[in-house]
Amino acid sequence: MRPVVISVDAPQVSENLRRKVGYTFTFLSDPNTEAIRRYDLLHKGAGENGHDIARPAEFLIDRSGTVRWTNLTEDLRIRARPEQMLAAAREVR
Amino acid sequence: MMKNWRLWTGFLLSIAAFISYFAFFYRFPITRDVPWVNFILFVAATVLLIAGVRRSQRKIWSGIVAFLGIAVFAFFVFAVTVASRRLPPSHGAPHVGQKAPDFTLLDSNGKSVTLSGLLANSPRGVLLVFYRGYW
Repeated sequence: MRPVVISVDAPQVSENLRRKVGYTFTFLSDPNTEAIRRYDLLHKGAGENGHDIARPAEFLIDRSGTVRWTNLTEDLRIRARPEQMLAAAREVR
Repeated sequence: MMKNWRLWTGFLLSIAAFISYFAFFYRFPITRDVPWVNFILFVAATVLLIAGVRRSQRKIWSGIVAFLGIAVFAFFVFAVTVASRRLPPSHGAPHVGQKAPDFTLLDSNGKSVTLSGLLANSPRGVLLVFYRGYW
């Protein structure tokens, strides 16, 4: 299972964060909220200075491109826990 | 000030209960998802504030301090219940069993990447995590 994370941050902002915290997985930039809107995850005006950003959400996608598990939190403070995501990943072959 | 330690301790405890959630207890799922430690601190602060007002000779001043302390509590409850649940419904998000929509985006090195390309190199699949950004 390969983690891939997406936000509206510019590539350089993501790269700085990635280096700072030492993550090695892929960070993608969606400044024009193309993928974010395609996944219906746009949170209008919720970013700095009223920018549109992504609401938090997690999707596990198998190699055929089929969604196998999702988590759309109802509360910003509560995200999927690592053990939940690992348990979901174990189900995917 | 020392004469009414209950009032001032209650006020400072209320401020500490608010700040400590975001500065510390937010880091751990067990104290983040349900902020029970902070609720206990706020209840203790409220008890002290009320006791402080009861013992005070200057009811108006102590009443204002107690009101502000309890207002911090009320704002905290609002923040962790109403405000943090203000999210779009996302009814159109891909469901389990559906095909994940493909996309092309730049990675953090400025290289163009597609979901289908990532999947082709990930035999055990991809965990796609959308996050708010602005770190």
